[in-house]
Amino acid sequence: MSTLKTILNTITSGTEQPPRVCKQCGTEIPYSKYIENSCICTECGAYFRMRAVERLDATVDKGSFQEIDRKLKSKNPIDFPEYAEKLEKAEKTSGLNEGVVCGTAKIDGMDCALFIMDSAFMMGSMGTVVGEKITRLFEKATSLGLPVIGFITSGGARMQEGIFSLMQMAKVSGAVKRHSEAGLLYIAVLTDPTTGGITASFAMQGDIIIAEPKALIGFAGQRVIEQTTGEKLPAGFQRAEFQLEHGFVDLIEARPRMTYTLGKLLKLHHRH
Amino acid sequence: MANTTAAYERVQAARNSKRPMGSYYIEHMIDDFVEFHGDRRFGDDPAIVAGVGFLNRIPVTLIAMERGDTLEDRIKRNFGCPAPEGYRKALRLMKEAEKFHRPVICFIGSSGAYCGIDAEKRGQGLAIAENLYEMMGLKTPVISVIVGEGGSGGALALGVCDTTIMLENAVYSVISPEGCASILWKDALKAPEAAEHLRLTSYDLQSFQVVEKVISETGKTNREICSALKTILLDEITKLKSLTAEELLDHRYEKFRKIGA
Repeated sequence: MSTLKTILNTITSGTEQPPRVCKQCGTEIPYSKYIENSCICTECGAYFRMRAVERLDATVDKGSFQEIDRKLKSKNPIDFPEYAEKLEKAEKTSGLNEGVVCGTAKIDGMDCALFIMDSAFMMGSMGTVVGEKITRLFEKATSLGLPVIGFITSGGARMQEGIFSLMQMAKVSGAVKRHSEAGLLYIAVLTDPTTGGITASFAMQGDIIIAEPKALIGFAGQRVIEQTTGEKLPAGFQRAEFQLEHGFVDLIEARPRMTYTLGKLLKLHHRH
Repeated sequence: MANTTAAYERVQAARNSKRPMGSYYIEHMIDDFVEFHGDRRFGDDPAIVAGVGFLNRIPVTLIAMERGDTLEDRIKRNFGCPAPEGYRKALRLMKEAEKFHRPVICFIGSSGAYCGIDAEKRGQGLAIAENLYEMMGLKTPVISVIVGEGGSGGALALGVCDTTIMLENAVYSVISPEGCASILWKDALKAPEAAEHLRLTSYDLQSFQVVEKVISETGKTNREICSALKTILLDEITKLKSLTAEELLDHRYEKFRKIGA
């Protein structure tokens, strides 16, 4: 019945999930333990990149999620070579049609519209479908009077859709602006990595911007900066803590407390 | 150059060091230009030249990316790559234009927003994000003219507008052909091939309805191009000024809303 179930089945519950291996310390973590520990390494505390469905499961009230625009797929607008094959492969490996999952849900009993990006689909890059889905979500939230919570992870605009990708930055910004003018709350949760055109658009347009610890958040890629300037990057450059220090995020919240904090903020902004 | 000219030839033309940039158009099109400096937050960015002047007898606000002519000037202007304070100066003057009901004309020509440690520390991403967001709600006509290389988000930060005009040999892209080629094929030398695939020429963008008007450069002097641009700008301003603020913003929203819908 619910589309969430379909996704959940393909990724979490349907087949036995293999254990996850921590990239930092090499610890093998049984999948149930991994989920229980908010997708954080049980040994060294490193944050794994969460799949959209895992985030959904950890965030929304059970059974409250109604997915929208699940079926939208890219039409390869500039006929970019090898892109169709890349999309097909991304669909297969991620179990998703595109890099963002959108819908309405309840968090701690509070209604909201929600978008969750998934870096397993072409690094969560934004082409026309990601742009369109997020735009529609903000438009829907505006018409329903709902706050928007966005879990962001993205390498930036998707090169393979050329100028169409770039224009999505403006398109989404317009929808965010209209949502804001209706007096509605938008919370952007920045997770690892949030870079390029996403940082230069809706990631930085939240009324409240929350970052996960140590998440890479920035505009220019680190290699590009090194090549352009010849400078050595300082330790912790472009990490969440760096962004907090320089005044660009409201707070850093640990993953196990994220849902609690979001619920609290939703209640603080609830209009009676 | 003809319609069939290779995309990379246009990229090279757009980057040509002799190609006029924003300041040229201001100088040759605008009377009584007064340059304004600074973002009133941190500093002044010479990669963006901005101020007010008359287009014929209409007061307008001008915001132009500028890379400079001499080597010394280029270093001072950071080769036309704006810093966060450049985008913030632009936004400050757009807000001022809104207050005084002046149309805004932006000239775009830069390889992109500056990629540096300091720019990141001062919020390059946020600066661009704020421009996109605020320009969507700016209650005065905004016209953007791409005169050179329209490099990604750093170009779009002056590109959220009611009418996008492009010179024939200007280009506008999500990524440079070199960047695209090195990511895709680990070989920046394949940039000409990438340029072709990215569909970044004025004719491509007009066919995608990302750009409304293309100004032909073939067989024309810079003065003639400037004069053709002036005529179009005056036409567009007259048209846009006849709209109510609400109509203007709806029209601007739709211009971008329909792309990839």
